[in-house]
Amino acid sequence: MELTGAQALIKSLESQGVEVIFGLPGGAILPVYDPIIDSSIRHVLVRHEQGAGHAAEGYAQVTGRPGVAMVTSGPAATNIVTPLANAYMDSTPLVVVTGQVARGSIGTDAFQEVDTTGVTAGVTKHNWLVTDPERIVQVVAEAFHVATTGRPGPVLIDFPKDVANARLTWHEPSPVDLPGYRPAGPPDPASIAEAADLVLSARRPVCYVGGGVVKSGASVALAELVELTGIPVTTTLMARGAFPDSHPLSLGMPGMHGTYAAVTAMQRADLLLALGSRFDDRVTGRVDAFAPGARVVHVDVDRAEIGKVRRADVAVVADCRLALEALVAELRRRAREQPDALEPGRLAAWVEQLAGFKERFPLTYDEAAEGGSRAAGSLKPQQVIEELRDATPEDTILVSGVGQHQMWASQFWRFEHPRTWVNSGGLGTMGFAVPAAIGAKVGRPDRMVWAVDGDGCFQMTAQELVTASAERIPVKIAILNNAYLGMVRQWQQMFYEERYSEVYLSPDLPDYVGWAEAMGCVGLRVATPEEVRPAIEKANDVEDRPVVIDFRIDSMEQVFPMVPAGSSNDEIVVHPSQRALLEQDRR
Amino acid sequence: MSPPNAPGPGAAPVVPLAGQAGSGPARPSRAAARPAYHLVSLLVENRAGVLVRVSGLFARRGFNIYSLAVAPTDDPRFSRISIVVDVESAPLEQVVAQLDKLVNVVRIDELHPLDARQAELLLVTVGADAVSRAQVIQLAEVFGAKVVDVGAEALTLRFASVPEALDDFEEVLRPYGIRAIQRTGRIALPKLGKSVEGP
Ligand SMILES: Cc1ncc(C[n+]2csc(CCOP(=O)(O)OP(=O)(O)O)c2C)c(N)n1
Ligand SMILES: [Mg+2]
Repeated sequence: MELTGAQALIKSLESQGVEVIFGLPGGAILPVYDPIIDSSIRHVLVRHEQGAGHAAEGYAQVTGRPGVAMVTSGPAATNIVTPLANAYMDSTPLVVVTGQVARGSIGTDAFQEVDTTGVTAGVTKHNWLVTDPERIVQVVAEAFHVATTGRPGPVLIDFPKDVANARLTWHEPSPVDLPGYRPAGPPDPASIAEAADLVLSARRPVCYVGGGVVKSGASVALAELVELTGIPVTTTLMARGAFPDSHPLSLGMPGMHGTYAAVTAMQRADLLLALGSRFDDRVTGRVDAFAPGARVVHVDVDRAEIGKVRRADVAVVADCRLALEALVAELRRRAREQPDALEPGRLAAWVEQLAGFKERFPLTYDEAAEGGSRAAGSLKPQQVIEELRDATPEDTILVSGVGQHQMWASQFWRFEHPRTWVNSGGLGTMGFAVPAAIGAKVGRPDRMVWAVDGDGCFQMTAQELVTASAERIPVKIAILNNAYLGMVRQWQQMFYEERYSEVYLSPDLPDYVGWAEAMGCVGLRVATPEEVRPAIEKANDVEDRPVVIDFRIDSMEQVFPMVPAGSSNDEIVVHPSQRALLEQDRR
Repeated sequence: MSPPNAPGPGAAPVVPLAGQAGSGPARPSRAAARPAYHLVSLLVENRAGVLVRVSGLFARRGFNIYSLAVAPTDDPRFSRISIVVDVESAPLEQVVAQLDKLVNVVRIDELHPLDARQAELLLVTVGADAVSRAQVIQLAEVFGAKVVDVGAEALTLRFASVPEALDDFEEVLRPYGIRAIQRTGRIALPKLGKSVEGP
C-alpha cells in the first residue's frame, strides 16, 4: 500500500493503540492534520500547546498508557517544552510529535524553525528527527518503546514537512532494536536476598514509597509486603495512592510539608526501603542529616538513581513490581525456614511509637471562626478539601496545581487507590492542573475528576476550559482563591520578615465566575463554610460541561508542618497548636 | 590549563636529559589511592547529534570534561569517544550511570588509568629564531617529535606519545614561546589481557 509520510505516521500511531491526540495544528505539521480527519484517533484541539502536553500527561498518569500530543514547529515546539520537562521529572510516558521545516530548509533560520531536538534533548528520554521517510514506521515503534519501558518518560519525534509529504510503501515495524537501550527488568536474586536480610534484622524499618510503585503497578505487591512484614509506609507526593491512607500502617506523606509521623519515622528509622523513590531534596531536607541511623535498600529501575543522593547499602536495579514480588517470595521462604523471623512483636515498640506520633501530631488546622461571616479568614482551605473528599466518590481522581493548595490537597485528601492523584511533583509547574484534569477525564471518562487549583495557577492555563467546554469534557475545578501566590507569600512570611514582594493577586480580578461562564462552564462562588457542601454537590451534578468554583479562602493560611528549606528534617515546624507538645517531647 | 588533579608535569626540567624524556611524572603505584582522573571510553552510534547528547549530559549534570576525542571505529555504524573526566566533579558511577541512559550510547568502558594504553597527539607552533632554532630542533629530536613546518621565526612540531610526555614536551618548549598549540585529547584502549571485548 502506497501512502504519504503523514498517513504512515497516523497509521503507526493507530497501530500503537493511540486513542487520543491532544494538539493544535500549524504550517509545518499541516500535512499530518489531513489524515487525522479519516483516523479512528480522537483529536482534542487545545488552546495553547502547553495545554496539549499537560493534558497528555494527565491522560498518561491516570491510564498508565503513553499520552500523545502533536503540535507544529517553532513556537509550538517551544510551548510544549514545559510539559516535556514536567514529564521528564515525573517519569510520565509521553510521545510528542512536532512539525519541522522541510529537510532542505533545516539550518537556514526558515520560518518557524527551531532546533527542536536540540532544545528538548535535556528534557526528553530520547528524541528523533526523522530525515528518511522509510524510517517513520520504525521511529514511531522505537518512540513508544522508549517512552513506556524501563523508567518511563517523554520522547519527541520531530517531523519535517517534506517527510510528511513523501510517498512510501506501508510496512509493519520490525522488532525494536536499540543496542544502547537496555531497561532493567527482574531483580538480581542476590540483591533480593541481601534486602531480605536487612528487612529481617531491622527493628525500625520504614517503606519510603515513591512514584515508581505507581508506575510499575506495584501497589498490590507493596500491600503484600506490608501485610507480611508489618513495616510502616510513607508515600511521597508522587506516590499518594500507592498505599491506602486508611491503612493503620500508613504514615502519610514525608518531606517538606509531610506529616510529623512520616518525617520523623524516616529520621529515626534503622532501615529505609526506598521503593521507586529518589531521595528528592523536598523529601530529605538537609541530606547529611537525613535518616542518619538508617541503612538503605534502594529499589529503582533507573540505575543512575542508586547512590545519586544517598548511598545504598543494598541496590536493587529492577522494575519495582518485580522486585517487590521477589522480595515477598524470598521473605515467605525465610519465614517458612524460620517461623519466628517475621514475628509481629519484633516491630511492636516501633509501630507503637509511630502510632503515638500520628495520634499526637495529626495534620490539623484552625477551624473557621464560629458563625463565619463573609469576612476574609472565614473559610479554611483544608475544610474545602475535606468536604470535597467526603462529598465525592472514593475513586475520584484529584488533580492539583502547584503551591499551598497542592500541599493541602495532598495532606487532607484521603488516597486509597493508585492513579487517583495527578500532580506536578518534580518540576512544580504552575498551570498544570486545568489541562491535566482534562487529559485525566479523557483517559477515565467513567471517573469523577476534580482539580484543586490555586488562583495564580489557574490564571496560567485557564483557557483550556474552552477546550473542555467545546469537547464536552466535564472536569470540575475548585479554585482555592487566597488572592495570593500563596506558597511564595508563605516563604516571605516565614523567612523574609513578612516583607511581601509581588505576591498579591486579587480575589476579584479576574472575576472567576464570570470568566468561567465566558468559557462555557458553570461558575459558582463560595465564601462561607456553610456554602461549601451545597456548591460541591451542585457541581457534582453537572455532567455536560465543566464547573469552576471560586472558593474565597483565608488568604493568610499557611501550610504546616514545614521543614524550612536547607534545614534538617529534625527541625520540622508543626502547626502552632502542637508546638508546646512537641517542645515537651523534645525535652 | 590543568584541572586540579589532572596528570600534569612535575617540576618542569629546563632541559631534559636524554633518556628521561617522556617519562612523565612518577606514576602512582597500583595500590595508591584512586586515580586523579576518570577515563571513560564510549562506543556510540555514529549518528547526527550524538556528540551533543553526550557533551550536553556532562554540562547538565555538572560533570567537567577535561578532554574529549571522537572518531569512527572500523565499523562505520559506531564511533568511539574517549573522555577524561575531572574526578572532583562527580563520582564515576554517577557519570557512567547517566551516560548509560543515553539511547545512542552502546557501551561504556571505565578504564583505570593503569589498565589502559593511552596516547595523545599534539601540534605546536613554537618561537624559533636564529638563536634558539637549533635548541628547539634538538629538543624535538630528544622527545621524538617531528618538525612539520618551518617559518622564519617559528617552527611547527608534531608529537605523539603518552599524554604525560606531551605535558613534559609542552613544558620544555614554553620558554621559547608557544604561539599556538592543539592537543587531541587523551585516547585509550584497555591493555591486552584487561580487555573487554566488543567492536
Ligand atoms: C511556572 C511557575 N512559575 C513560578 C513558580 C513559583 N511558585 C511556586 S508556588 C507559587 C504560587 C502559586 O500560587 P497559587 O496558584 O495561587 O497557589 P497558592 O500557593 O496560593 O495555593 C509560585 C509563584 C512555579 N512553581 N511555577
Ligand atoms: Mg493563591
